[in-house]
Amino acid sequence: MAFLELRDLHKSIGGLDILKGIDITLEKGGFLVLVGPSGCGKSTLLNTVAGLTPVTSGEIVIDGEIVNDLHPSKRDIAMVFQSYALYPNMTVEGNIAFALEMRGVPRPEREAAVAKAARTLQIEHLLKRRPSQLSGGQRQRVAMGRALVRDPLVFLFDEPLSNLDAKLRVEMRAEIKRLHRDTGATIVYVTHDQIEAMTMATKIAVLKDGVLQQVGTPDEIYRVPANLFVADFMGSPAMNLLRGTVSADRSAIELDGSEPVRLALPPTVSREKLAGGQNVILGIRPEAITDESLRDPAAGVVTTLELPVDLVEPTGSDTYVVAPLAGTEITARMRAQSGVAPGRSFGFVFNLDKAVVFEPETTQRID
Amino acid sequence: MSAASPTVSPASARIARFVIYGLLILLAIVYLLPFFVMLITSLKPLAEIRSGNMLALPQNPSLDAWGKAWGSACIGVTCAGIKGYFWNSIQLVVPAVTISTILGALNGYVLTKWRFPGHKLVFGLMLFACFIPFQAVLIPMARVLGMLGLSNSTAGLVLVHVVYGLGFTTLFFRNYYEAFPDELIRAAQMDGAGFFQIFWRILLPSSGPIIVVTVIYQFTNIWNDFLFGVSFASGERAPMTVALNNLVSSSTGVKEYNVDMAAAVYAALPTLFVYVVAGRYFVRGLMAGAVKG
Repeated sequence: MAFLELRDLHKSIGGLDILKGIDITLEKGGFLVLVGPSGCGKSTLLNTVAGLTPVTSGEIVIDGEIVNDLHPSKRDIAMVFQSYALYPNMTVEGNIAFALEMRGVPRPEREAAVAKAARTLQIEHLLKRRPSQLSGGQRQRVAMGRALVRDPLVFLFDEPLSNLDAKLRVEMRAEIKRLHRDTGATIVYVTHDQIEAMTMATKIAVLKDGVLQQVGTPDEIYRVPANLFVADFMGSPAMNLLRGTVSADRSAIELDGSEPVRLALPPTVSREKLAGGQNVILGIRPEAITDESLRDPAAGVVTTLELPVDLVEPTGSDTYVVAPLAGTEITARMRAQSGVAPGRSFGFVFNLDKAVVFEPETTQRID
Repeated sequence: MSAASPTVSPASARIARFVIYGLLILLAIVYLLPFFVMLITSLKPLAEIRSGNMLALPQNPSLDAWGKAWGSACIGVTCAGIKGYFWNSIQLVVPAVTISTILGALNGYVLTKWRFPGHKLVFGLMLFACFIPFQAVLIPMARVLGMLGLSNSTAGLVLVHVVYGLGFTTLFFRNYYEAFPDELIRAAQMDGAGFFQIFWRILLPSSGPIIVVTVIYQFTNIWNDFLFGVSFASGERAPMTVALNNLVSSSTGVKEYNVDMAAAVYAALPTLFVYVVAGRYFVRGLMAGAVKG
């Protein structure tokens, strides 16, 4: 049974619809990441779960109880804020203990709980300091400690890593993931960073303009995006999107462009759902376009195209190769030492097992 | 800095600095001169004042005038010095400053962190209160005090100053709390803190600079107030400023300048003390409020 359930949540502020019917369920111990571009309503959604923003309609259920009308402090949830929101006038210890103090937990228990949380997060040596004396990463840990000490039903994270530098962000990402594994906590996490979403989530919900685009495991979201928005938003570099039409015998897609180029029909789409001559958009991830040596031996449907190389972008581990195709550009992922050079023609292997097809009008995926 | 700039030669930079410091010193002297005259006059015997130069240092400095001003100078018909009135002013200023500061802080807290429909209008009206001239409220205020039975009492005067000061204290605290992060309030709410717990535990401990500003501002205004004092508290209940005026105007026969001056310095001491102790926080707090507000 779902532990956290959002049923048809609506939120309007001043006649403006911020959330337009959100339905999400999360099992106990799950890690739900809400992701989307800024202004998509993900932080508002989190605030409604926290109880800091009332909903216009719909239900929020935590552990079988409808919590819509419960005060934030009565919902048994803890939140880590983007700015950490540490009380500047209290020590780290005071910050972590504050919630327990407000709940009237006796001092010895409080101290034991603080010590335990501090040990988990390795901030025992910082307990007597004030927030202003801490670095960004340390503040982040204290903010997490403050949530952890309460042992809540659900943890809420509001873009907690966005104020950290790149290196620290990767470290803290791993830390949060480890924390989730070790404590078995149920977490709802908001971010605009799709890498954070992919690496940490057990479930991702992609939002755009207050509408849920897709909910699924990171693998589903990445492999079979529900629509063009999700396809484009998740993954870096972005998925290659190529316009074309279905061939008359429905066995291939003929790409738009001055020269006729045919790609075999991906097996992810069933032939019955297509009509000959239908306009489609083919989506294929950069790593599904390789050179001959990286060709996946298990790949069933493969097309090789000779294309002139326009640009080569080495990243160290991989080399991204950009080539013109069908009036646009495609990005392919090659080995670092693939020997591709700009200006020369090169054989690009398209693994169409991993390609998906979208309907251009509705932008939905065709399966 | 100017020396490093290629367009200003070291010589002209030195001249500029000389002019600037010269002007500053001159203005400081102009400002300090009255206080200097007050101090030395209060230390001189009457004869020396009458014969000598106003700026001359006292030849036989004595504290007789100070003692008299404090304990035995005649104000009206009673000759017990100004000490009773000094005490009146303390009794007035401490509760008036405390209450108006706390209420201002609460107002600021509600107007920024617990916004309600029409909060802008309420704040606008409170701001408007800052611009009401003293004279306009004298007669209505006298009526109100009469109805409350607080005429000619320190409590009545405290009420007048609290009401009149509320606009200013609210303005100070509102602007300060406007810059205070909302997330902290939300975090405290989720931690289970209530309205007053958030105020006492989170907000007030972070309000040091603005409390200092408000206290100094209110203290100076209330201590130095003459109009409300003379209108609503006369005779025995009069505050220091009113008593000082009465002392100076009720001298019998000989005008005792030294006693007048000593009494005036007594009247100035508390505000002077507050400025010296908390002055640097005043500037800092005022800046913080101004920039972020």
